[in-house]
Amino acid sequence: MTSTERDPVSGTETTGHVWDGIKELNTPLPRWWIRTFYVTIIWAVGYCIAYPAVPLINSVTNGVLGYSSRAEVAVELTKAKAAQQKYRDKIAKLSLAEIRKDKDLFQFAVAGGRSAYAVNCVQCHGSGAVGSTGYPNLNDDEWLWGGNLEQIAITIAHGIRFDEDEDTRISEMPAFGSDEILTSPQINDTAEYVLSLSSKSTDGIAARNGKTLYAENCAPCHGETGAGNRELGAPSLRDAIWLYGSDKKTIVETISKSRKGVMPAWGQRLDPLTIKQLAVYVHSLGGGE
Amino acid sequence: MTVGPISDAVDRIDAEAVNSKEKRSLYKARVKIFPKRTAGTFRSLKWHIMAVTLAIYYVTPWLRWDRGPYAPDQAVLVDLANRRFYFFSIEIWPHEFIYIAGLLIMAGIGLFLVTSTVGRAWCGYTCPQTVWVDLFLVVERWIEGDRNARIKLDKAPWSSAKVRKRLAKHIIWLIIALATGGAWIFYFADAPTLAQNFLSFQAPFVAYSTVAILTATTYVFAGFMREQVCTYMCPWPRIQAAMLDEDSLVVTYNDYRGEPRSRHQKKQSQLEAPIGDCVDCNQCVAVCPMGIDIRDGQQLECITCALCIDACDNVMEKVGRPRGLISYATLTDYNHSAAGQTSKTTFSSFIRPRTFIYFGLWSLIGLAIFATLLTRDRLDLSVLHDRNPVFVRLSDGSIRNGYTIKILNMEARPRLFTVRIDGLPGAIIAQAGLSASPTGQLYIDVDPDKQRQIKVYVTQPKGDIRDARTAFSFLVKDRNGPEQVRHETAFHAPDGR
Repeated sequence: MTSTERDPVSGTETTGHVWDGIKELNTPLPRWWIRTFYVTIIWAVGYCIAYPAVPLINSVTNGVLGYSSRAEVAVELTKAKAAQQKYRDKIAKLSLAEIRKDKDLFQFAVAGGRSAYAVNCVQCHGSGAVGSTGYPNLNDDEWLWGGNLEQIAITIAHGIRFDEDEDTRISEMPAFGSDEILTSPQINDTAEYVLSLSSKSTDGIAARNGKTLYAENCAPCHGETGAGNRELGAPSLRDAIWLYGSDKKTIVETISKSRKGVMPAWGQRLDPLTIKQLAVYVHSLGGGE
Repeated sequence: MTVGPISDAVDRIDAEAVNSKEKRSLYKARVKIFPKRTAGTFRSLKWHIMAVTLAIYYVTPWLRWDRGPYAPDQAVLVDLANRRFYFFSIEIWPHEFIYIAGLLIMAGIGLFLVTSTVGRAWCGYTCPQTVWVDLFLVVERWIEGDRNARIKLDKAPWSSAKVRKRLAKHIIWLIIALATGGAWIFYFADAPTLAQNFLSFQAPFVAYSTVAILTATTYVFAGFMREQVCTYMCPWPRIQAAMLDEDSLVVTYNDYRGEPRSRHQKKQSQLEAPIGDCVDCNQCVAVCPMGIDIRDGQQLECITCALCIDACDNVMEKVGRPRGLISYATLTDYNHSAAGQTSKTTFSSFIRPRTFIYFGLWSLIGLAIFATLLTRDRLDLSVLHDRNPVFVRLSDGSIRNGYTIKILNMEARPRLFTVRIDGLPGAIIAQAGLSASPTGQLYIDVDPDKQRQIKVYVTQPKGDIRDARTAFSFLVKDRNGPEQVRHETAFHAPDGR
């Protein structure tokens, strides 16, 4: 139906459609709007030709400009790597102590060490490096194998009781119970004596009895006074930090069955630069010596 | 016999109030307005205000203010990159944004105060839209002539003369627009340096895009859209309409005096018909930049620029009648005058509870801002307690907590601060990576106008620990001055120590 009827108020043509006596005006979209719409269509066609756009079965059209966001990221990463290179070179060249002293290098190493820690170490030592039973807290000032930069770096690189590394840190505490070196009452007395070193013993007679047993069986590694020996990874028995727990039951279990915590040798998996950064980071957590 | 005005002295202008109420149609395209030039009290007041506001806008970023070697020497600077705002001797950090918020609230209440007393004075005199439209009109008049000449030119077919005039007008408009947009960016960077970089095409892209956008908006708003910005785009006329009351000054046509208007005063007086002062010369319509007829009464479009008052006063003088047929008056004054009680505008309406409350609020906020600005700290401290781990047990049984401390040196000179703890018995403080301080306090120097973050360890011996959580404070003090801040935090220890 054609209609040239005009609306008396606006002077606009009507479409001829009437609903409930209301006539629809034929008000076309503004010209600027239509033109913008056409421009966007042209733009879209151009875009599809220039940029990756159409999904195919196994790939996509790549576009004549050859752009890809992945390539862009690769460029960004290369740039970032290049910007870091001067720090990397220096860290590779300098000793740990020198890195620690240089403000910028230190900051760089701590940041790098933190991210490497988050990937490789948190599983055992925890995100805040507080450890858990059997996994040492790296924030405190107790170090089984030494807490200066060099010693930390060696521990990280070669691990502890890790068979596949020749230079791994090794010490074997005998299982005094399982191996039937001491009897159960003897182990009880020894445990009481160990507790008495940090004034926690509740049985004076047992502790006295344990003293000789300690001197004979434990002192070679843990020392006469129980101060421990880092050369052998023997912890101090006098201080407030206990890797497995300080209650008597735990100590009896430790003496009976021994403990053999294992840490992998990260030198086999991480490059020397990362090990250095990790050492600086762990050292910076508050307990570094 | 009533003596009417001598209307022969005045020509009637063929002007139409294109935006008057009955002509308002949703379907209508804009009808161009060609405001006629006028002279008088309000016109010269507007010239002066225009000069002052434009001067403030263009000159401000070029004022210098010496802040020493560590801070910029521009008096007014919004340093977005470094997140600082400088206003003469005042420097504002992002966390002090409350001052800006206070100023904005003051501006709001100030606008209420102004509106409730003198009506839409902001719109009529100081609004940038008004000022720049005025400026563009000056150029238009200068090149194309006054109202009639402009109408004629507009209707004339395209000729070389018309092209020349139009080209000249638009070029000058664009130059003004460019200068407007150009001046804006100098508030955001060191003006002389930026100007140099800008002209040598070394300024950052954002500078050019800002100038381009503001040039475009100035050119379009002041050159083409003009009164439409006020009528359709600006929310303020609606809000202001609600702010006005019967005691606010508005531009008023005193119809009790003017009506019945007549072009034929002599004839009317011979007929002994009643004669009003209005000679229906349409001057008030011709000068109106909003395209309305003030004789229709208060209208949304009226920005109270008062140019119709000037135009009418000139006519009244010519025809030998008292000025003020169109005048600033409150509705109350108008009603009194209409009832023949008084014919003068009294300013007693300025003092009433409403304005008193506005002024009180306004000045209270102002005083509060002023007082806090005078006494505010230029040293701030924030303390973040380590979350992971919350505490660390050391081999001797003591407990160590870690804190990240931020010291804000908000003065433009390097300062040395001492950091110590208060309220934690036996505890010692140490900066991470360094051994504990023997004096019990740390010495931290902070660069001028910067913040410094340090990691601090606080260790409390086993015997001194009482609770799982002990509140204590960090105290940071300017080593060479009296300024000191305290920040309360907590020391955590394991349960069952």
